[in-house]
Amino acid sequence: MSGPAVLFDAPGPRARALSRALSAVTIVLLAAGLCLAFLALNAPKESGGITLPGMFDASRWDIVWDPQLWSFVLGQGVLGTLRAALLAAALAVALGVLLALLRSASSPWLRLPTAVLIEFFRGMPVLLMMLFILLVFSTGQYWAVVSALAVYNGALIGEALRAGLRSLPRGQREAALSLGMRSLQSKLLVEFPQAFRQMLPVIVAQLVVLLKDTSLGYIVGYPELLRVTMNNLASFYGNRYLFPLWLVTLVLYLAINLALSWLARRLARHR
Amino acid sequence: MDVVIGQLPRYLEGFGTTLLLLGAAGLAALAAGTVLAAMRIGPIAALRAVSGAYTELARNTPLTLVLMFCAIVLPYLGIRLPYLLAAIVALALYTSPFVAEALRAGVNGVPVGQAEAARSLGLGFTQTLTLVILPQAFRMSVPPLVNVFIALTKNTSVAGGFFVIELFTVGKELANANGNAVVAVLLGVATFYLAITVPLGLLAGWIEQSWAVRR
Repeated sequence: MSGPAVLFDAPGPRARALSRALSAVTIVLLAAGLCLAFLALNAPKESGGITLPGMFDASRWDIVWDPQLWSFVLGQGVLGTLRAALLAAALAVALGVLLALLRSASSPWLRLPTAVLIEFFRGMPVLLMMLFILLVFSTGQYWAVVSALAVYNGALIGEALRAGLRSLPRGQREAALSLGMRSLQSKLLVEFPQAFRQMLPVIVAQLVVLLKDTSLGYIVGYPELLRVTMNNLASFYGNRYLFPLWLVTLVLYLAINLALSWLARRLARHR
Repeated sequence: MDVVIGQLPRYLEGFGTTLLLLGAAGLAALAAGTVLAAMRIGPIAALRAVSGAYTELARNTPLTLVLMFCAIVLPYLGIRLPYLLAAIVALALYTSPFVAEALRAGVNGVPVGQAEAARSLGLGFTQTLTLVILPQAFRMSVPPLVNVFIALTKNTSVAGGFFVIELFTVGKELANANGNAVVAVLLGVATFYLAITVPLGLLAGWIEQSWAVRR
């Protein structure tokens, strides 16, 4: 269905008034909820006999004027996240292409083991893979994060590409073969470019997931954005700044991911 | 291998917590996601906007950050939940927009002619939705919904990083305690996860083939 408008009548004056009233009620309720949350956060807090300032008190936010904080957040945190995400993304796409090719191969000796491998990697938590690589291959945290993300997302991208290959009209392959191309030539030169373009939005969406999953580095001890802000900086500046630091981290993640999601949507439109 | 067999009770204990996280967070996410999806396709503009905004925000926030809020920041703000409950809340908050999107995709997948036919027969919004659209949308939503639950199963492992003793934590502790059998210990953990995700994946594939609305 194209839009919600088919489901109900174009509203008449009474329905419009009702809808507007309900909208107003929603907005008021939402605003009231946000106000309450703000007031609750802003209220000074009693803790063990001493009164702590509210969450939006200036004394909790003075660190945002500290240039050292930002050089650390951006230079260590964001950089660490992007460093892991970019390399993992490149590896995941390459691996996805390889797995899609292997899984759509004509020989069952290639196809079946690949299918089992993909199912295995798809069904495992990334975090477990990170721990496995970290403990078994002793690679250090960076490579544990990168390779686990690459393998996991590579398997998922491979499946997306395979779906793209399957959805192509059969005539594409038949035409390529009748022109004298080998099977692999047809795959690489004719079918794959089309499948890749068709699946580009799905792949970019998967890369957003990959970027979000770099935050699992927090648990295995890789210094990315979350670990830098919530672990290193929170212990350096003290618990007083826990909430502001969390909020800063949230805003940074949202900025990066929303930009990527926006890109994915643009790609989906201009296919 | 001996370690895995010897420590089977601990594995099962962890597995039980993982299943509990999956069940509780899954049900909560299903309920919240249904409400979000209903708000998103309904006629009231403000509700549509609220649902859309929440979906967009929650889908672009890492789960680790949500869990950290519920398990570490909330207690600091004075709301102290047991860690298991905090993890369930965080997982449900994180998963509900994905549920909503799966449901909405199902509704959007119903051809527009179905709704037009129902409307031209004089059915109202509720009737069109409950008698014509939702029965078809439901069938199309089930495979993506199952995929959401597979993702949730894997995501429960993140709770292990926030003081909940589930399968991942058990694996980590056993791996640390048995340095000579790390591979076996962790493959044991993987087997338990696969025991949930692989059957669910097969189920999704089977439903997709046998339940599809034929047109």
